[in-house]
Amino acid sequence: MWSFFHKLGSPPWLYGIAGTIVRWLLPITIMALLAGAAWGLLFTSPDFRQGNSYRIIYIHVPSAVVALAGYYVMAIAGAVSLIWRMKMADVAMKAAAPIGAALTFIALFTGALWGKPTWGTWWEWDARITSMLILLFLYVGVVALYEAFDNKVAAGRACAILSLVGMVNIPIIYKSVDWWYSLHQPASIKFSGESAIDSSMLYPLLLMIGAFYALFTCCLLMNMRAELLQRESRTAWVRKLVEQDGAH
Amino acid sequence: MLLRRQVSLAIRRPIEIGNPLVFFAIVVAMFPLGIGPASEQLAIIAPGALWIIALLSSLLTSDSVFRSDFDDGSLEQLLLAPQPLYLSVLAYLCAHWIVTGLLLALVSPVFALMLNLPAAAVGTLMASLALGTAVLSLVGGIGAALTVGLKRGGMLISLLILPLYIPVLIFGTAAVQAAVSGAPAGPFLALLGAMLSLAVALGPLATAAGLRISIDA
Repeated sequence: MWSFFHKLGSPPWLYGIAGTIVRWLLPITIMALLAGAAWGLLFTSPDFRQGNSYRIIYIHVPSAVVALAGYYVMAIAGAVSLIWRMKMADVAMKAAAPIGAALTFIALFTGALWGKPTWGTWWEWDARITSMLILLFLYVGVVALYEAFDNKVAAGRACAILSLVGMVNIPIIYKSVDWWYSLHQPASIKFSGESAIDSSMLYPLLLMIGAFYALFTCCLLMNMRAELLQRESRTAWVRKLVEQDGAH
Repeated sequence: MLLRRQVSLAIRRPIEIGNPLVFFAIVVAMFPLGIGPASEQLAIIAPGALWIIALLSSLLTSDSVFRSDFDDGSLEQLLLAPQPLYLSVLAYLCAHWIVTGLLLALVSPVFALMLNLPAAAVGTLMASLALGTAVLSLVGGIGAALTVGLKRGGMLISLLILPLYIPVLIFGTAAVQAAVSGAPAGPFLALLGAMLSLAVALGPLATAAGLRISIDA
């Protein structure tokens, strides 16, 4: 069993394993996204107060949730690369940063689109929006720091430290609606007991959240494969791959 | 000992201590020139403006905390020394705070006067600046350590540490706003103190790790 984890430390094995996972996960992700979107857009009833404009929740909430989770993925991958000196872990961290940044941007953008009809404003400086904006800056900072170093090993370690320092922001985002009075409502989905959101809206939302997690995983693995090819471009296994593909 | 060395090095070139203060004065002067000298308007923006300028001064000076010692090799010697790097880093950042943040906090009543801040809030301004700039120095040290080895660092350090500065800004201005409106500023100062505790406990660890990475690169 442990040999599977050891194999993950070797670039050609990781490339192969990631490819296998993406091959079956990507169709599932696309189906789940389409199913969730169709369910949410077509098969749920309009909200009592917001009418049909609430339906952007099926993109806004999943992208925000996965943006937060993605930061933890990036920070933990960075910590693994620092503590256990696993080089493949910092490939994961570097791959996760731009995806997380894009998801945070989507969350902020769809949030602005939702805010205009419901709150009357595109933007408001409440606690959750401000801390999500800080999260976007943190993600962009990690990407920028990685590009600034010439020595990529040092770049990975520096980004790992920066991600760990920024990790303190995630609980703040999560709890900001409980700690401050803000435009955002307190958490509606609870793990224990009744959720404050109606089941007919909850289930498509959970499906979309799951689909976004799967989407993040697919994007992460595809990014990692690209990064591996770039890093190992001078090795024999990459050259063989290119020759094999060229022959097709 | 290291602390004494750092402070005496800084004092030897008084122009380096003066520069942030002159920067602060010039930018304070720009606000009425840019926004209009109406005194009620200035009084409204004064807490935020003073804090933002303090933040920018701290940002500009943080970049060079380690640079001169990195360039001549004494930082590498510091890493090899038997003292824990945590304490050495704390000494560097403490010296940085004494000659920038603490000085700013002590001189801030003058600038508060220029921006029409109500007199009741000046004490809170000094306290919030003293606590807040300490946090800013510690957080700025992390950014400085990560970017000290880069040739074209430039604006990168700003991008890295400004997001971490934002909570300090929010609570610092909230404290001064509370004092202006007569509400107790104690809770906000307590939160700043809590941030300072977290920064003192964990910041130098990240800074030390960053220094090791920059030196090894």
